[in-house]
Formats: sequence, C-alpha cells, structure tokens
Amino acid sequence: MSGFFAILGRDLRLARVESGGALLAVQFFALGILLFPLGLGPEPGMLSRLGGGLLAVMALLATLLALDRLFQQDHDDGTLDLLRTSPAPLWSVVLGKALAHWLLTGGPMIVTAPLLGVLLQMSWPAIGGLCAALALGTPTLSLVGAIGASLTIGARRGGVLLALLVLPLYIPVLIFMSGTVTAAETGLAFGAHVSILGAILLLSLVLAPWASAVALRQIGE
Amino acid sequence: MTASTPSSEQPVPGVRGSALHRFANPARFLRLARAVQPWLLAVTLVSLLAGLYFGLVASPIDYQQKDTVRIMYVHVPAAWMAMFGYSTLAIASAVGLIWKHPLADLAGKAAAPIGAGFTIIALATGSLWGKPTWGTWWVWDARLTSVVVLLFLYLGYIALWNAFEQPQRGAKAAAVLALVGIVNLPIIKFSVDWWNTLHQPASISRIGTPAIDPAMLTPLLLMAVAYLGLFLLLLLLRMRVELAERRVAALQLSRSRAGESR
Repeated sequence: MSGFFAILGRDLRLARVESGGALLAVQFFALGILLFPLGLGPEPGMLSRLGGGLLAVMALLATLLALDRLFQQDHDDGTLDLLRTSPAPLWSVVLGKALAHWLLTGGPMIVTAPLLGVLLQMSWPAIGGLCAALALGTPTLSLVGAIGASLTIGARRGGVLLALLVLPLYIPVLIFMSGTVTAAETGLAFGAHVSILGAILLLSLVLAPWASAVALRQIGE
Repeated sequence: MTASTPSSEQPVPGVRGSALHRFANPARFLRLARAVQPWLLAVTLVSLLAGLYFGLVASPIDYQQKDTVRIMYVHVPAAWMAMFGYSTLAIASAVGLIWKHPLADLAGKAAAPIGAGFTIIALATGSLWGKPTWGTWWVWDARLTSVVVLLFLYLGYIALWNAFEQPQRGAKAAAVLALVGIVNLPIIKFSVDWWNTLHQPASISRIGTPAIDPAMLTPLLLMAVAYLGLFLLLLLLRMRVELAERRVAALQLSRSRAGESR
C-alpha cells in the first residue's frame, strides 16, 4: 500500500512542478464544449437537449489527452524498470498512477461540468445527473485508459494508436453516462444507469490494474 | 537468432511430452496443416455449394419478407464467425501469454484479419437486409453497435501488432488487448435480450425446438459449416505464410551474416 501512496504523491507533485500542464485536459474539455454552440448554432432548446451527450463525449476525449504520458516518460527515463523490480506490487503502482491521472483530469471535469451545463442551458436535474454520471464514469475512463497506455509504450504513433484502442472500450461508459443525463432530464429514475456505471467502475477497479500490470511486465521480457 | 525463428526440425527437449507443446514445433505443425488442408477445402466447397443451392433456390420464401429472407443464409453465419474469430483470437492470446506458445501468437495474428473480414460481411449484409425489412440501412441499437465495436477491436489488435520495432512486443501487447476486449462478446450475445432492440433475438440456440423451420435451418447450418471451414482453411494458410516469411527473413539474415564474415 505504501507503494500506491508513494506513486500517487509523486505523480501529483510532478504535475504541480510542470506548471500548468496538469490542467490542460480540463481546458481542452471546456474549450471543446464552447465549440459546439458556435458550430451548431445557439438555439437554447437544441443545446439543452444535446448538452449532456456533448459533455459526456468531451469527457472521453479529454481523458485521452493526458493518457499517453501516463507511462511513456517513466519508461523513457528508466523509472518504470525500477518500479518493475521494486517490492511494491505492480498493480498498486498502476492504481496509484490511474488515481493521480483521474485527480488531474476527471476531478476537475466534474467541477467544471455544472458551469458548462449552465452555459449549454441544461436544466438543474440534468446537471445533477451529469455530475453523478461523471463522478462514477470518469474513474473508469482513467483505469481502462491505463491499460491502453501500458500497451502502447514505445509504439510508433503511440498517441493515435492509444485513442483507437481505448475509445471502443469507453463506449459502454459513454452510453450509461448519457443515459443517466437523459433520464434525469425527463424526470425518470436514473438509479439503474448510475448502478451500472458503479458496477463497471468496480469491475475495472479490480481488473484494469491487473491487466495493465500484465502488459507492463511483458515489456521487460 | 535461433530463438526468434522457430524453424528447426528438432523438438525442443523437455517439452516433448506435453500435448499443448507438441505443435509448438513448426515443422510438426506444418505437416499437420498440409494434411488437413485438402479435407478442409473439400468440406468447405461441398457445404458451400449445397448451402447456396438450398438457401437460394430450394428453400421456401418467408411469408412476410419474401425473397429477402435469403440474406439470412449469408448474414447469420458471418456474424457467428465474427464472434468465433474473436474467441479464437482471445484463446490464442491467452495461450501465448500464459505458456509463451510461439504458434499461438501466430494464430492470433493470422486470425484477426479473417475475423475482421467476417465482421464486415456481417455488417454489410445486415445493412442490406435492414433496408427492405426495417426500412433503414442502419439503426443505433445495441446489437449493431456492439458488432461495430467488435470490428474496431479487431482493427486495434492488428494495428497494435504492427506498431513496434520488435515483433515480440507487438505480439504480447496485442494479446493483452485481445483479452481485455473479451468483455464485448457477452455484450454482443445478450444485447438482444438485455435491450429492447430492433434486431431480433436468437432463433437457433433455444434448447429443444429451434424457432425456425427445418427447411430454413438446413441451408443455414450448411452455410455455417462452409464459413467455419473457410475460416479454418484461411487460418492455416495465413499461419503457413507467416512461418514461411519468418524462415525467409532468418535465411536472409544468416546469408548476410555469412557475407560479412567472408
């Protein structure tokens, strides 16, 4: 467990030192959302109807931004070799890095989502549903993304490849995130959608660090 | 060099007894593949011709869909093979990762484009079938969407295999991806039961009495045998080509080394 906290603290410190770099993902998230009213036209009815889906899609894309740096830098400077030979289990290292990634991307997105929702004329129940969906959905995105990041270490055109590998796996999360918003907006019970998002999160919490650790171990061989 | 080119005739000592590793020897595998291939070709051709005859000519038309129901005989087996192909990919990947079986990595690499091809056939014929019966080329229901995801998993696997300088690294990374992608298979299978979709639920797999007339079931099963035979035939051919390519590369390497030392 000490390895987990050490990695988490280290990645957060590194992000703070690289001034500004940490919040690039949420800036992309906000900027991407601002493009849609300009591209689709500012009609309030349409924006409030599309808002939840747009925010969910942008959350997926913004999560991808910081993913290719999750392991690549550590691989390039040799840190990953040390981590692989350290007594701390590799899955705890992955879990720490995924949590740090989420705190720097998913977390800020949940905070900014209500503001962007208001800009898109979304109703308050829809914004509430959106925040619940993002809170349970974005950790899954970071965890599944960690698998993709560990698979594409050292790959040619790794960033594009990472997006192509990870986005199909993100689709279930997207479906249930936008399902939550739609149900909340129309006043239906959205508990089922939230429960499934939670179930996916628990499943990926168990399986993703393990799968990513398997992938990391293959590099050394 | 010899470790990366499994082309020696001698079996590796120590693994001789294991049934799994018996065919890790490429020479033995190639002998088996050559012996099986003519039979596979015969089964594929016979069942394909019989299936096409019964499917396109000798089977009854549907009372609602008329002749368009015949698309079923090319569509349904292709969808089955799309999923069978991914299962093959996943099993080969697991064997390759766990037992470091060299031919299993090759089998996965060989199976991926075939499975992707069957997925494209299933999507295209489904789309052609959807236009006259549903009135649209495409709907965003769970079955169709999850099969599109399957296609992208195949494409991601192929891309990851080819993304590295060292082929071994690509093989391992792609194998992990294939195993992660397994989650999509039950989603495809049960999407028609879990969600209220336009795509009809399964008619064949009901235990006991299938919900399909024997006159239609016969050509469907014949086509399924033909598709399965074609899949296995192409798989063996692609694996043989892959082994031959490795051998050529190894020979070229050793020749250029001999040229250097002279």
